[in-house]
Amino acid sequence: MKSLHLLWRKSVNVVMLTLTGVAALAVVSILFLILGYLVYNGGRSLNWDFFTRLPKPVGETGGGMANAIVGSMKLLLLAALMGLPVGLMAGVYLAEFGGKAFSFVIRYTTDLLNGVPSIVIGIFAYALAVLPVKHFSTLAGGVALGIMVIPITVRSTEEFLRAVPGSLREGAMALGANKWRTIATVVLPAASGGIITGMLLSLARVAGETAPLLFTAFSNRFWSPGWHQPIASLPVMIFTYAIAPYDDWHRQAWAAGLVLLTLVLVANLGCRLVLSRRGDIRSV
Amino acid sequence: MASATRGESAMAAKLAPQVPKMDSTPVRSPQDPPVRFQVSGFNFFYGPKQAVFGLSLKIPANKITALIGPSGCGKSTFLRTLNRMNETVRNARFAGEILLDGQDILRMDVVGLRHRVGMVFQRPNPFPKSIYDNVAYGLRINGYQGRLDDLVEHSLRRAALWEEVKDQLRKSALALSGGQQQRLCIARALAVDPEVLLLDEPCSALDPVTTAKIEELAFHLKESCTIVIVTHNMQQAARVSDYTAFMLDGRLIEHAETSKLFTTPSDPRTEAYITGRFG
Repeated sequence: MKSLHLLWRKSVNVVMLTLTGVAALAVVSILFLILGYLVYNGGRSLNWDFFTRLPKPVGETGGGMANAIVGSMKLLLLAALMGLPVGLMAGVYLAEFGGKAFSFVIRYTTDLLNGVPSIVIGIFAYALAVLPVKHFSTLAGGVALGIMVIPITVRSTEEFLRAVPGSLREGAMALGANKWRTIATVVLPAASGGIITGMLLSLARVAGETAPLLFTAFSNRFWSPGWHQPIASLPVMIFTYAIAPYDDWHRQAWAAGLVLLTLVLVANLGCRLVLSRRGDIRSV
Repeated sequence: MASATRGESAMAAKLAPQVPKMDSTPVRSPQDPPVRFQVSGFNFFYGPKQAVFGLSLKIPANKITALIGPSGCGKSTFLRTLNRMNETVRNARFAGEILLDGQDILRMDVVGLRHRVGMVFQRPNPFPKSIYDNVAYGLRINGYQGRLDDLVEHSLRRAALWEEVKDQLRKSALALSGGQQQRLCIARALAVDPEVLLLDEPCSALDPVTTAKIEELAFHLKESCTIVIVTHNMQQAARVSDYTAFMLDGRLIEHAETSKLFTTPSDPRTEAYITGRFG
């Protein structure tokens, strides 16, 4: 009787261990499946033309996505200019100045904003920046992505500022620095590695956003000079090309996917490298 | 003591290229040493909780005054009021009067006060910057226009750290050992040429050899500075200080010359504490 019970307990243990292990393995293999599939399909169709040529007219094979690569970068630049300063400042406020109640409200709102579906943010940007001027534009796409950048930047900035030991603030105050001086000359530099990482990660995240761009930046098969015309971007091109009925377009969609993923991975690894180099978030 | 004249000469000393200050101390007489801080009727509250009760004492200039007492007796609270560091604590307030050279510290500009009253904390807290930038920090935020190099060297020499770091001023201060970091923090505080240096258990995170260095340093510094040191280590108080104040449960029990307090304490509670019967 007793040994039977023991056997039962042992087998439950083994079964659960296996189940959790398989689930963990599945997580890893999904990522590697995606990666492998992208590299296999995208790598084959990646060539110099892809980076330097405009898309060819429908029916002709070849061409590239140079305009979409530049377009994605222009959109990200706008998003960074609009979203990062606001996110940084709000993060500083939360970590350094905020009172209890007001901070709670801001923090909660930020988390809600972070959870707003990207398509909804797209509609908002559409109403804000497309409807009044009655045409799609780079600017409208930048607004949509800029809004999405804010909440991630706020929270990561706040976290990294909080990780700066209070003794550093005291040290600066004791030397006669006022609060802002302390933040600007000691606290922010001490947390700069982490804050920059958070910013890059937030940009990397919105780099792959498609939904909010569909009705803000739209797309473009040509170059889009200035900021007031529709502009191509990698994610929207992937969408358009992947559902098109041409094999050549499918191959290019894979290639675009690979380029996008590489950009995000490089940003990610770059951040980690910077962080480990500086290693400046240290409890003193 | 004419406080206005003192204030002006202190300003002048800050603007002039720095030399160790010798003339800042008023003429002293052996019976009645000149007073730097005069504290009367000092009460301190954290919200509804009172931490210090009716403390009155005089801190003599160019001497080392040690504050001893068990944890929670209010000695750190008192120390941190002398340069108004407690102001950042929520709900903290105090009643009573603290005069620095005859001037009410509450009426002084807090930045000016902290120039004159430097502080070194329990655990070394160098900024994650280079050694040089750490020492230059206080000068830079005050917009000092002179030659930083000389002042940085001078401050590091005063903190007895120059010989060890002179070839690596651009290295991160975080690469230094704990004792070096603490001396760097002292150099950082000395760079703005304070009249008073507050030391809040400066050796509690350090080994005995390093502690000895810091104590020796304090001994030399009192020529140019008034030093107030909070310590849990009674041997340390006995070794370095000229005067000792013993606090218990937020009250000043006894304040006397160190040699007297440790040999012939007048209060039985002081005797019980210094002989290790409690605390």
